[in-house]
Amino acid sequence: MVSGLTLKEAARKPDGIAPGHRLCAGCDETVIARMILKATRGPTIATSATGCLEVATSIFPYTAWNLPWIHSAFENAAATASGIEAAWQAMRKKGKGPLAEYETVDIIAFAGDGGTYDIGLQALSGALERGHDFTYVLLDNEAYMNTGIQRSGGTPFAASTTTSPAGKVIPGKREWKKPIDEIVIAHGIPYVATLSAAWPLDVIRKARKAFEVEGPAFLHAIVPCTRGWRYPQEKTIEISRLAVQTCFFPLYECRFEEGRPVYKLSGPSAAIARRPESKKPVLEYLEMQGRFRHLFRPERRDDLIDSIQAWVDQNWQILLEKVG
Amino acid sequence: MKNQILMGLNGDEAVAYATKQVNPDVVAAYPITPQTIIVERFSEYVADGEVDTEFVAVESEHSALSSCIGAAAAGARAFTATAANGLALMWEMTYIASGMRLPIVMAIANRALSGPINIPTDHSDSMGARDSGWIQIYCENSQEVYDASLAAWRIGEHLDVQLPVMVCLDGFTLSHTMENVYTLPDEKVRDFVSERKFIKVEGHMGETELRLNPECPLTMGPLDLQDYYFEHKLQQIDAMKQALKAIPEIDAEYAKISGRSYDFLHPYRMEDTEVAILGLGSTMGTVRYVVDQLREEGVKAGLVKMRVFRPFPVEELIKTVGNVPVLGVLDKAASFGAPGGPLYEEVKTTFYDQPEKPMVVDYIYGLGGRDTSPQMIRGIYENLMGVLERGSVSDRVCFVGVRQ
Repeated sequence: MVSGLTLKEAARKPDGIAPGHRLCAGCDETVIARMILKATRGPTIATSATGCLEVATSIFPYTAWNLPWIHSAFENAAATASGIEAAWQAMRKKGKGPLAEYETVDIIAFAGDGGTYDIGLQALSGALERGHDFTYVLLDNEAYMNTGIQRSGGTPFAASTTTSPAGKVIPGKREWKKPIDEIVIAHGIPYVATLSAAWPLDVIRKARKAFEVEGPAFLHAIVPCTRGWRYPQEKTIEISRLAVQTCFFPLYECRFEEGRPVYKLSGPSAAIARRPESKKPVLEYLEMQGRFRHLFRPERRDDLIDSIQAWVDQNWQILLEKVG
Repeated sequence: MKNQILMGLNGDEAVAYATKQVNPDVVAAYPITPQTIIVERFSEYVADGEVDTEFVAVESEHSALSSCIGAAAAGARAFTATAANGLALMWEMTYIASGMRLPIVMAIANRALSGPINIPTDHSDSMGARDSGWIQIYCENSQEVYDASLAAWRIGEHLDVQLPVMVCLDGFTLSHTMENVYTLPDEKVRDFVSERKFIKVEGHMGETELRLNPECPLTMGPLDLQDYYFEHKLQQIDAMKQALKAIPEIDAEYAKISGRSYDFLHPYRMEDTEVAILGLGSTMGTVRYVVDQLREEGVKAGLVKMRVFRPFPVEELIKTVGNVPVLGVLDKAASFGAPGGPLYEEVKTTFYDQPEKPMVVDYIYGLGGRDTSPQMIRGIYENLMGVLERGSVSDRVCFVGVRQ
C-alpha cells in the first residue's frame, strides 16, 4: 500500500459519504466514491457535477457529505475545482483564512459520463491544460442516468438507452464509446488510472496516488447502474468484475514521465496479459445486462456481438502495445 | 483630492487598476472585446508581481464564473470581467452565484448581444441579466468606473447583503476612452476594502462561516426542492432590500476618503424641471451637455442619472421625479414584444400607484453602438415638450436615431 495505508486502516477511517443518501440500492457510485475518500491524505474539498451522486446525497436540509462539498452546475466540475484550488493557492501565499494552514488539500471533482465526455469536456480540458492540483473522478455509468438513461458519448455501441432505443430498425446506440482516457492522457497530465469497485485495494491505492501527484489526476471508474444497465441490484460488483475480466474495461495506470505517457496494467488486467487464455468473452458481460438484451432476443445478433468483441480485442491489443 | 494621484486611464484600465489595489485572491477571466484590456492589464500586474492574486486564464466565460464560484465558496475574493456573448455564456452561472450568495465582483464592458454579431456598446447584455440576482451599478465615466470597482466589494460583501455585483461600463465609449481619473493611495484602498467578511450559517456540524472549510464541513449548492427553494429565493429578495440600506452607508464612507459622493440617482438641474430625462451610463454626459444648453435657452430641462439599477431605487425615484410633469426614459436595450425597454417598464411600475406622477415616454436608442448625438437628445427634449404642451403621450415608445 502507498504511504502505509492498509485496507484495515481505510475501513476504520470515517466515511466521507455517510449512509442515508438516496442513491438506488445496488448503485456503484457511492461504493467507488467512499473508497476514493478513504484514500484522502487529510483536508479534503469535493465538488460534484449535477447528476445522480449530487442529487441523491444533498437534498436540503439533509446531506450525506462529511467533508466540505459544493455543487454548482452540470458542465463545470473541473472549473469549480479550478477555482477552489486557486483559492487555496492564493490563501497559502497570503497566509489568510483557514485554508492557508494546509500543506495539502485533496480537491476532488466528481462527475458522471455526461458531465465528462459531453457537456463537461471543455471545462475538463481547460483545467487539465492549466495544470490545477486536483483529482477528477469520472463515475462512468455510460448514460445520463439521472435524467432517465439517455445516451452519452460514454455509452457503448449497441446499448439501448431512452434516446438510443433498440428499435425495429436501429439496434441501440450506433456509435462507439468515446476514448476519454486517451483524450485525457493526451493532455500530458501526471496521472490517469481506471478503476473497478471489484478491486477495492486497487481503487484506494490509485486514488492515493492521484492525490499525491502534483497537478491534475484523472480517475475513470466503471460504474454499473442497476436501473440503466438493467440487471439485478446484487450483481453490481460481479458486473464491475466482468467488465475488467472481458477487457471491456481494462484496469491500468498511466503516468507522464520524461515527456511521454508510461502505461502500466493493474493486477487483474496484467494477469490477463500474462495469460491471454484467461480473458473472458465479452458475451458473458453483455448477456447479463438488459441494455444489450436485443443482441440475444428475439433473435441472436452475432454480427453485433462479434463487432463488439472485435472492438474490445482491438482496444486491448492497442493497450498492450502501449504497455510494451 | 488631497493625496490622490491623477492618472490617465480608460474605463477598462480603471477597473484593472482598482482591482490591482484591492488585490483579490482569485481572478478567473477570458478575453472578449471590449473587456479584454481589463484581463490584459491585470495579467501584467500578476506578471510583474504587483498583486499576489491567482490568475486563472480559463477556457470560457462559463468556466470563468464557475471558477469564481468555486473560489468564492472557498472563501476567496473572486473577480471576473466580461461583455455581451461572454455574459450570455455565463447566464446559467450568474443565477447560481447569486443563489449561493457569493459576493463576486464582475465588470461588464457593455456590448450589444449577437446576433447579428456586433461589438460596440449597448445594454442588451447586462439588461438580460437584470433578473439574475446581481447588484448592478452603471457608470458614466472612468472616474465612476474606478470608484464603483472599489465600492462593489464592500456592497456585495456587506453582511446583510452577500450578493454578487456587476460594475457596468459602456464598451468603447468608456472601456477604450482615456480620461483623467483620481485614484486613492493603495493604503486607503486597503483600509476601505479591508478583508472579506463572512456570515455565520447553521451547518450540519454546527454554526460556521459560509465557506468551504475542512475544519467545519458545509454542503453548498444542494438539491433544494419544493420544501425550501422558495424561502431561499425570498432571502435573496430580502438581500436586495438590505442592499438599498447598505449602499448609502458604503457610499457615505467612500465619500469621506475620496471626496466623491455617490447615490442611487444623480439628479441634475431638477429644481423646477418641466421635462426630464432618466437614463443609465455614459450617455448621461451627453444629456447633461444638452440640459445646460436648454437651460440657457430658458427651457426647464433636467436629468436624472440612475447609478444603481439593481436593487431598483423605487422610493428615491418617486422622490426625485414624482413631481416632474414629463419624463423621458432612455433605454439602451430592447425587450422584444414587451411594452417598452427595461428601464421604462420599471419606471412605469414604480409610478402606477402614485397619485402624483410624470407622463412617461420611452426612447430606445443606441442599439449596437449607434451614435447618440446632442442633436438627438435635443430632439428627445423637444418631443417631451410637445407632450407637456398637449398634456398627453401619443407614442409611448419611440426609437431614436434609427432608419424606420
